[in-house]
Amino acid sequence: MEKTYYNPADLKKFGNITELQPELGNKFFDYYGEVFKEGALTAREKALIALAVSHAVQCPYCIDAYTSDCLEKGADENQMMEAVHVAAAIKGGAALVHGVQMMNKIKELTM
Amino acid sequence: MPVTSLKKQHHELADAGFQLTVLQQGAQFPAFADKLQQHNLLPLKPTGTTILQVNVGKMCNQACRHCHVDAGPDRREIMTRETMQLCLDALAHNPELAIVDITGGAPEMNPDFRWFVQEISKLGRQTIVRCNLTIILANPKYHDLPEFFKAHKVQVVSSLPYFAASRTDAQRGDGVFEKSIKALKMLNEVGYGIENSGLQLDLVYNPSGAFLPAAQQTLEAEFKRRLLAGYSVHFNKLFCITNLPISRYLEYLLQSGNYESYMEKLVDAFNPAAAASVMCRNTISVGWDGYLYDCDFNQMLELHVAPTAPQHIRNFDLQALNNRSIVLNQHCYGCTAGAGSSCGGQTVV
Ligand code: SF4
Ligand code: SF4
Repeated sequence: MEKTYYNPADLKKFGNITELQPELGNKFFDYYGEVFKEGALTAREKALIALAVSHAVQCPYCIDAYTSDCLEKGADENQMMEAVHVAAAIKGGAALVHGVQMMNKIKELTM
Repeated sequence: MPVTSLKKQHHELADAGFQLTVLQQGAQFPAFADKLQQHNLLPLKPTGTTILQVNVGKMCNQACRHCHVDAGPDRREIMTRETMQLCLDALAHNPELAIVDITGGAPEMNPDFRWFVQEISKLGRQTIVRCNLTIILANPKYHDLPEFFKAHKVQVVSSLPYFAASRTDAQRGDGVFEKSIKALKMLNEVGYGIENSGLQLDLVYNPSGAFLPAAQQTLEAEFKRRLLAGYSVHFNKLFCITNLPISRYLEYLLQSGNYESYMEKLVDAFNPAAAASVMCRNTISVGWDGYLYDCDFNQMLELHVAPTAPQHIRNFDLQALNNRSIVLNQHCYGCTAGAGSSCGGQTVV
């Protein structure tokens, strides 16, 4: 048994998920490849979005991968940290906006 | 912390033989020659030599963290005028050598640098000078370099690893970004980098860390946008160059614990098209002492051209050199990763 849940070396084995279900796995990787191609958004913009989402979903593999990818695509540290703040703002905002729901409920339950 | 040359530190990596030992230790990485063999590129032969790259010395006013020359203010290896004359003789006898690419150290610090450029220009060859920018401001005697370059229609190629101070200074030293911008403005003022001036000013981007360079075209657009908006600086092309795992960059990789993963990146990104377009196929590199090499990297690793070819500029023989097999080692993976890398940037479109 691994002593930790996450092993950095496992990222390289991501492709192996096709072993147990090739059809769906291959479809996913084809799709993934298409998504990250330069399109209406540049490859760097997509890498920055991916970095932000990696933080929102708190995936250590993705954080490692997209930190390298952002550097390789020429993003700078300021842009990368701003992307993380965007993720944090949305996550924080998403929590806080539920405060309205709480307030509604308070109104409903109190005199 | 200021960087000093490995030689000055008496570092074991100052020794080319030791660097090769480190590079060959990684048994997990396939031998570069075997990789070429798989793609029918072995022995690797020149396609025709058209560029003479001359390293006029290791002395430099800077001491960058990634320098593959291990250059610095303490280095005293300098090409003499006699050796420069031998280069000029080789050029005079071989009109196929259309381009002379002058590098260093800071080539301008060689006392015979201007004479050399003037003589090359008399021979009607295109001259490239790899100018580190800060040299222009380092001493009043260099302030007129932009005019000198202009007078000889020199193509200026300058390193600027980023369009912001943080990463530039981390690689090249404190304050380098600000000085580089000033020097770029001085070059712009005499017409360098300005459209239709005929004066070519190209920048070199190489990653400030253990990662591969971005795609040249998109990064060039970003550099143009940022340098113009932030500093009113103009330039022509951006060359993206991969750092090769030798000398001070190798020391950085080892010391930061990134060596294995960086080699793995280079090997994984091996591109046969880039391998077919490596710069040693059209370039010969001359060392400060006149010895000949397949490229500036082999020069720093003291890997001389194959013994079938003349070893020194005094015996220059283009035909024999064009028939040689290029000397390869594990550092060559740096030239073949992704879109490829050469002194002229990316090699595959
Ligand atoms: S990289 Fe260029 S400017 Fe920097 S120390 Fe080496 S030769 Fe000098
Ligand atoms: S390091 Fe030199 S010899 Fe090796 S591939 Fe690159 S240019 Fe050629």
